[in-house]
Amino acid sequence: MNDVYKIISDTTMTYKQQLLSLARLAEGSEINLDLSDEYYNAKNDSVICDLNEGNAPYRPRYIIPDYSVLMNKGCDFLQLDAPTDLWEACNSLLIMYSHVPSITSFPVYLGGFDDLLEPFVTDLSDAEIEKCLRLFLLNIDRTLTDSFVHANIGPKDSRVGRIVLKLSEQMQLAIPNITLKYDEELTSDEFANLAITCMLKTAKPSFANHKMFVSEWSENYSIASCYNGLKIGGGGYTLPRLRMYELSQKAIDINDFMNNVLPKYTKIMCEFMDARVKFIVEESAFFKSNFLVTEKFLDINNFTGMFGMVGLNECVNNLLNIKDHSLGYGNNEKADEIGVEIMEKLSQLVADHKAPYCSGFNDQYRLHAQVGIDSDGREDSPGARIRVGNEPEIFEHIVHSGKFHKYFPTGIGDIFKFEETWLNTPNALLDIIKGAFKMNMRYFSGYLDSNDVVRVTGYLVKKSELYKLDSNKQSLNNVSIFGKGARDTGCALDRKVEKNVSTN
Amino acid sequence: MLAPINKIINFSNVDGPGNRCVIFFQSCPFKCLYCHNPETINYCNHCQKCVDKCMSSALSVVDNKVVYDSNKCINCDTCISVCDNFASPKINYMSVNDIIVKLIKLKPFIKGITVSGGECTNHKQFLIELFKEVKKLDLHILMDSNGNIDLSIEEELMDLVDGVMLDVKSVDDKFHYILTSKSCDMVLNNLDYLLSVDKLYEARTVLLPNFMVENLKTVNYVSKKLLLKSQYKLIKYRKYGVSEKGVDFFKDDTINDEDVKECLEIALKYCNNSFIV
Ligand code: SF4
Ligand code: SF4
Repeated sequence: MNDVYKIISDTTMTYKQQLLSLARLAEGSEINLDLSDEYYNAKNDSVICDLNEGNAPYRPRYIIPDYSVLMNKGCDFLQLDAPTDLWEACNSLLIMYSHVPSITSFPVYLGGFDDLLEPFVTDLSDAEIEKCLRLFLLNIDRTLTDSFVHANIGPKDSRVGRIVLKLSEQMQLAIPNITLKYDEELTSDEFANLAITCMLKTAKPSFANHKMFVSEWSENYSIASCYNGLKIGGGGYTLPRLRMYELSQKAIDINDFMNNVLPKYTKIMCEFMDARVKFIVEESAFFKSNFLVTEKFLDINNFTGMFGMVGLNECVNNLLNIKDHSLGYGNNEKADEIGVEIMEKLSQLVADHKAPYCSGFNDQYRLHAQVGIDSDGREDSPGARIRVGNEPEIFEHIVHSGKFHKYFPTGIGDIFKFEETWLNTPNALLDIIKGAFKMNMRYFSGYLDSNDVVRVTGYLVKKSELYKLDSNKQSLNNVSIFGKGARDTGCALDRKVEKNVSTN
Repeated sequence: MLAPINKIINFSNVDGPGNRCVIFFQSCPFKCLYCHNPETINYCNHCQKCVDKCMSSALSVVDNKVVYDSNKCINCDTCISVCDNFASPKINYMSVNDIIVKLIKLKPFIKGITVSGGECTNHKQFLIELFKEVKKLDLHILMDSNGNIDLSIEEELMDLVDGVMLDVKSVDDKFHYILTSKSCDMVLNNLDYLLSVDKLYEARTVLLPNFMVENLKTVNYVSKKLLLKSQYKLIKYRKYGVSEKGVDFFKDDTINDEDVKECLEIALKYCNNSFIV
């Protein structure tokens, strides 16, 4: 069936979803990028995946505006003065959100809610703050209908932060995704416990290892989209992925993989990224005329390209000829060692490539553990994650994650599903998170087995929305359809529930 | 010195404050009718009944003794269900050092340890050696006990322990005897002693179906003793894991909600930190 016709006649898509899909089609059809045959071969072999970014990129994939500019100065283009109270501040933000592009055309970053709004609440009662933020969150959920929309809170306790948590719990909304920047020394246990209770009930916020991000990015970092670490006032130009399982099939043995295959394809991918980045900066209008750039909400020096990868698990097991995944990566010291060696090598190869327009990042791209897309099936697990169903008990799982998270400054995370009793003991879960961050885990997500809002591979969906799609009804949320794919083909919701497991 | 360890749970959120590592010791002087893990009561007598029931070849016989291979075990617990000696072949004899090596890895994640069983005080000398080392790791120590030994004379042990979780199964001696095959006198002495030295982390009573008179008597007694000093956990009887004899004795699968409510109300009259699990 003709692709355009397929979209137009699809009764499960909303009008806006159809419009965006049609635009994506146009973006993909026009051949503007000058790419090598080697790239096209790699793409045809499914070794490199461009995540449907298309051939005519007209904006960076992820855009992280510095909203403090809006709070302090307002915006000429949007004819907004600097806000003087909480209502004006929320209104200005909502107006601006609808003008922030991204790969999905929804803003992937909404700002640090507490940093932006706390200055306006000093003289307000909790009831008024709550009323305002309730409308603010509701507006976001119903207009920015995409679970990659992401807000930050923390690391410090705040009235705004507490009310955002309280409302998230009450309202049970999938949007926005929220991250708490957590640092044992800056975040009070009390605030962290509130966040944990909220996380168990609504699958958000997730916890970001603040110390680790600050040491790499300075204070000026954000968590956007799924769990992507990016600079505020900047973003990520592009995110293609190496599909490591398919890559491993190109090698005769481990040596060949390390010394020939991995360097060859890393180079092809880096060159592909160079072409995209140059096109976005030099050809498309974005960096020349978009108000976000001209009014300094963005600075090109804060952008980098994200070198994505999936399927480390299956790659390692294939290289070691391990057929039974329960005995491989994540459950096997040798396999984990090979995994680390691959990551060391890949990091070095990517760092050695001189990337254009990444001057704020030593002219380097940064690695990203991509969460997978529904068409990945079960060949490539997300990023460096252990296959769903083969996770060891939580303690070993975290230690394993700690070995790999450091390689992915632009994002990696693990998700843990907990049984009901943990809701009564947020302190116990906080002990685990504190330990996890000491062991160099970068990003920790959790949810309760029995929730409606669940985390699929990085983004949130409502199970009830998935059921709607099952019965061919429309879902307002743009990513429910991905969630359905991940659930049906990737078993993403079958991950292990953390009980008290014995390992004697 | 080695001690028989039934199992170790690395992360537990239900055995004291925070996230804890729980160590279960084998053997218990009581034989409680409602014991949820009766396989911790006795030592294996090597009758070999379980050996060929294991589908994973994790059990074998060497010199007439049953030997367990944890690498082959798939934790199906078939061996435990066929054993009529209230024992388990899956016991690891561990040294203090074996346990400490494990705890060092867990330390970033846990507030402390809880020793349980079986009855951990059956191995009190081992506990003393273990706790000395655990203290060096700066971990909090809780001891889960049925109160069968006189804790007031175990000075060295009690100096090392931060708190005790004491089971008070019944304050009616006759009924206690029916439930456990032992008198309750020592348990009640220990309740007083632990309160006097401020080392009672929690008292616990299992609420039984069809024995409301006994339930109320115990809850009344204990909550009046605790007042505001310690928490009182009331546990609803559930038949899960209980031996056949116990299931027959208590008849119903669990205790009904009204009876639970009545017990809790009484507990809350005296002891403001009482709750049901
Ligand atoms: S565990 Fe039980 S059945 Fe198995 S040998 Fe020991 S006593 Fe016999
Ligand atoms: S639990 Fe017992 S029966 Fe089952 S595999 Fe392990 S040793 Fe064998």
